[in-house]
Amino acid sequence: MSTPAPLRVAYRDLALYRGFWKANFVAAFIQPMLYLLGIGLGVGELVDNGPDSAELLGGVSYFGFYSSALLATTAMFTSSQEALWPTMDGFQWSNAYRAMVSTPIEPRDVATGLTIYYAVRATVGAIGVAVVLALFGDTRSWGLIPAVPGAVLTGLAFAVPIAAWTSTRTTGDSFPAILRFGVLPMFLFSGAFYPIKQLPDWLEPVAWLTPLWHGVELCRGLVLGGLTSVELVGHIAALSGFVIVGWAICTITFRRRLQP
Amino acid sequence: MPPPLITARSLVKRFGDLVAVDGIDVDVQPGEAFGFLGPNGAGKTSTMRMIGCVSPVSSGRLEIFGLDPAHEGRAIRSRIGVVPQLDQLDQELTVMENLVIYARYFDIPRAVAQSRAVELLDFVQLADRADDKVDPLSGGQKRRVSIARSLISEPELLLLDEPTTGLDPQARHLLWDRLHQLKERGATLVLTTHYMDEAEQLCDRLVVMDGGRIVAEGSPRALITEYATREVLEMRFGRGRNEERVDDVLGVGERVEVLPDRLLVYVADGESALAELHARSVIPESALVRRSSLEDVFLRLTGRTLVD
Ligand SMILES: Nc1ncnc2c1ncn2[C@@H]1O[C@H](COP(=O)(O)OP(=O)(O)O)[C@@H](O)[C@H]1O
Ligand SMILES: [Mg+2]
Repeated sequence: MSTPAPLRVAYRDLALYRGFWKANFVAAFIQPMLYLLGIGLGVGELVDNGPDSAELLGGVSYFGFYSSALLATTAMFTSSQEALWPTMDGFQWSNAYRAMVSTPIEPRDVATGLTIYYAVRATVGAIGVAVVLALFGDTRSWGLIPAVPGAVLTGLAFAVPIAAWTSTRTTGDSFPAILRFGVLPMFLFSGAFYPIKQLPDWLEPVAWLTPLWHGVELCRGLVLGGLTSVELVGHIAALSGFVIVGWAICTITFRRRLQP
Repeated sequence: MPPPLITARSLVKRFGDLVAVDGIDVDVQPGEAFGFLGPNGAGKTSTMRMIGCVSPVSSGRLEIFGLDPAHEGRAIRSRIGVVPQLDQLDQELTVMENLVIYARYFDIPRAVAQSRAVELLDFVQLADRADDKVDPLSGGQKRRVSIARSLISEPELLLLDEPTTGLDPQARHLLWDRLHQLKERGATLVLTTHYMDEAEQLCDRLVVMDGGRIVAEGSPRALITEYATREVLEMRFGRGRNEERVDDVLGVGERVEVLPDRLLVYVADGESALAELHARSVIPESALVRRSSLEDVFLRLTGRTLVD
């Protein structure tokens, strides 16, 4: 029985992960807990007592509104970071991906294997958030279960395109800027903290173009209910689009990098 | 004669405007230890990477096992072992894990990989480090891990890019010894080096590369016989004064080469040449007679030294 080549690639990345998964697993619970207690409960207290809150948030508590988005935002942060420094290691520092392509592994298999690895990592993180959300009445729902793959898809919509960028770099100099000027603004403007209807009119369509908005709407809709099937399919299609286009670019940039 | 394992005709590698490999012809026979000798930038690694099917051929023909790398790279790579110029080991994993995970890339079952890894670590004398991380190992030990790893797929052809560069003499000799053993078992080795002693030690046949081209080809002995004399008389007259003594030493040997720090006189019998110079009152600050080497071949062919 032969193992598909991408799985053999993921196997190496997961072997490294085995060295620190316990710490990572604990962090997967603690981090969302801190966000929930800090922002969800604190800000929630202020907002829910505000005059138009019920109408603006679509009839849910601010805690529910914000915490359900946390599934998507956590996936975005952890997956984005995973596609920067740790991925760079395989291209530049340990050169593990270069070693792989001198065996029967092709650059395309590296791209697919890396995607599988990102998915596993994102799943651990998303389960962490989902378990925390299940502790609170506002977010305790069967929808948490489909929201986990929704969050994983959101993570991949970041990790895979970012990996394509990483594979063209020889240093990590640009990485902090990607987080500061790419990822962080999405966190603030893509509907995680407030509905994007609150944004200036011209900014609202920009939010539609970000993977995070689709991820937030998808996860929130699954947890709190109220997602039409058109919206459901639309968000999944948009996120999958980022993953597929990102993967296609990876197959080209990985080949250029690893087999010049 | 069996068909060659590697055939290259007018093989070229370009990176943009830069021509790294400029039309080389090479045949490597099964069981041979074949070397590419040349200074930094000669195009050795570029050639090795094309043979290893990790770098597309720019023009010319290349066949490995009679297969075309452009279309059958995966199949060729499954039969090749590669020791790259810079180790590509996972520093945070153990020596054993490095070998077993690498074996997985070839789809070798875990149990088989493990038993081969045990044998190979024994072969490279690292059995006691199997469960240590790679990171703290010495350069020579890491190199041996790389060699063990390259053998885990039982390759028909082993490519070694500068296997001992940067290692201390003791580590080099240990590596040479292991490579000799592989040779005795019938492995086909292709290696690059810029050390002439390494080429002399390991290669049955070699090509001398410079500026992307092959400037000479043959066995180490044949090359030395063709391009150098039996012995070399090296003399130092003090920095900057070597050049002006050329006229004084002309005539005692077949050829004189001037290096910044010494004069080299190519001659069959170095001692009698030195005696003759003494008789002419040409007294260097120091002198030594040695057997000629591939370094001298390279100097003759290119006017430069291999390692500067
Ligand atoms: N990936 C690459 N991109 C651009 N130039 C390269 C690349 N690899 C090698 N070169 C250039 O090709 C030439 C030959 O290099 P190389 O094959 O590494 O020589 P050697 O191994 O003999 O030192 C050098 O000028 C080097 O800078
Ligand atoms: Mg080189």
